[in-house]
Amino acid sequence: MFIKEYISDVYKAVKSLLTGMKTTGGYFIRPGEIITQQYPENRDQLNLPERFRGEVVMLHDENNEHACTGCTACELACPNATIKIITKFDVSPEGKKKKALDTFVYHLELCTMCNLCVEACPTGAITMAQNFEHSVFDRSKLTKKLNQPGSKIREGVE
Amino acid sequence: MYTETQVIRNNTKVTVDGALDGTGEMVINVGPQHPATHGVLHLVITLNGETIQKIEPHLGYIHRSIEKMSESLSYRQFIYVTSRMDYLSSHINNHACAMTVEKGLQLEVPPRAQVIRVLMDELTRVASHELWWGAMAMDLGAFTPFFYAFREREAISDIMEETCGARLTMNYMVPGGVMADLHPNFQRRVKDFIKLFKAKIHEYDELVTGNIIFQNRMKGVGVLSAEDAVSFGCTGPVARASGVKSDIRKLYPYEIYDKLEFDEVTETAGDSFARYMVRMGEMHQSIRIIEQLIDNIPEGDFQAKTKAVLKLPKGEFYTRVETARGELGVYIVSEGGTTPYRIKYRSPGFSNLSALDHMARGSKLGDLMATMGTLDLVIPDIDR
Ligand code: SF4
Ligand code: SF4
Repeated sequence: MFIKEYISDVYKAVKSLLTGMKTTGGYFIRPGEIITQQYPENRDQLNLPERFRGEVVMLHDENNEHACTGCTACELACPNATIKIITKFDVSPEGKKKKALDTFVYHLELCTMCNLCVEACPTGAITMAQNFEHSVFDRSKLTKKLNQPGSKIREGVE
Repeated sequence: MYTETQVIRNNTKVTVDGALDGTGEMVINVGPQHPATHGVLHLVITLNGETIQKIEPHLGYIHRSIEKMSESLSYRQFIYVTSRMDYLSSHINNHACAMTVEKGLQLEVPPRAQVIRVLMDELTRVASHELWWGAMAMDLGAFTPFFYAFREREAISDIMEETCGARLTMNYMVPGGVMADLHPNFQRRVKDFIKLFKAKIHEYDELVTGNIIFQNRMKGVGVLSAEDAVSFGCTGPVARASGVKSDIRKLYPYEIYDKLEFDEVTETAGDSFARYMVRMGEMHQSIRIIEQLIDNIPEGDFQAKTKAVLKLPKGEFYTRVETARGELGVYIVSEGGTTPYRIKYRSPGFSNLSALDHMARGSKLGDLMATMGTLDLVIPDIDR
């Protein structure tokens, strides 16, 4: 009895091993099914979906104008104090004072890419960009100013 | 290699090599940096020869005090943190939190959002079980399955990336529905994934399930009886492998689960192999759910209208959902303000880990990897 069991065990073991090896070995003769990609060699072909959250950016049009009113809704929505809005007062030609954005400070090192700020913005001034390669040698480089130098608010955005 | 508590308790001296004087026992540390613990779990194991006498898990290495942190976050903000608890079920964690807030607000979620949520939950479950399958096989010494598992998981990650914008910590479920509508490609890609899954799942069985070495290492190892599973508070596949019906989707259906056709996979043996088979079965059931829903996504809103600032009425709110690891409970105490007064998470990993000592006592050290692998521990879920 024992001998019989032993032999059947050995037979089953060898068979199960061969089944497994057939599966893995099959990929030798079907290399087309291998999907491994080499990063960073494939950087040029990288195709990130448009919704991918890599960093927060502010949208500027060709006249260097943005839609941010400095309302701080995004600052309040952010769970980790990643955004700091610094406002100033613009004086219009008629002499009226109006609150406007001075600096949009964005701490990339604190951002968790949760998208809550983008959802909160009433004017759609900010959005998520696809860039994900954020390594730098100095941490202070991760603190960014999102509104471009010399930019101003687009006409008609309230 | 000993801990102070150990030495004090045994009231014995420890020699240089870690053996406890006079008992013939030896104390070793597995972790906090150990490949088989999948994270910073620290197990203090008392051994007699190779036999395990006692396992003492030491927690806290990845404690981020999520519960306390949530008390200072608004009802929209606290949800994103829960992606970082059980990061392999992040959709389901977010879902539970969003549902608790909706319960407090008495908010009706549009049917489209409900279907999207269930679809995402089930995709997450498949992805989570796939990762578990690869990681567990790697614990037992087989390296290849890990890559096979990641091939299918990658397809799900791509779907998530396209619709939710992230691969792991999606933060897609918001109070009232989901953050964005489905991507136009979603249906096609999910169908592609189902095709891929069905074409490849037999490889899982050929590589691991049927393998004789693997079976011998799993069968009869780490047995947990149904009574013990209940008394340790085990849930999810761990409890179901012992024959305890514990699927929250069946027992306390939420969203549209009561209208769906799927089976609760249970086994009776309660050993590591039973837990393995339960998870393999659950993958098929999840695919079955996805197949029922993917062509029947109702039109309509993906998010109910909510106020900009959410305020929960004074009271206590509790919801439970079935994550890939078991029952997750979210308990919110509200004082009527914009932030919760207290949040408590009942996480499946914590209770499942508590049964480890009981399951592994008396077995050999080598068997511990099989037992621990099939518990499917995610350490941030235990520590929070
Ligand atoms: S993505 Fe989230 S963490 Fe980052 S700035 Fe926006 S709200 Fe803050
Ligand atoms: S980015 Fe949007 S939310 Fe933030 S301050 Fe500007 S307008 Fe307000």
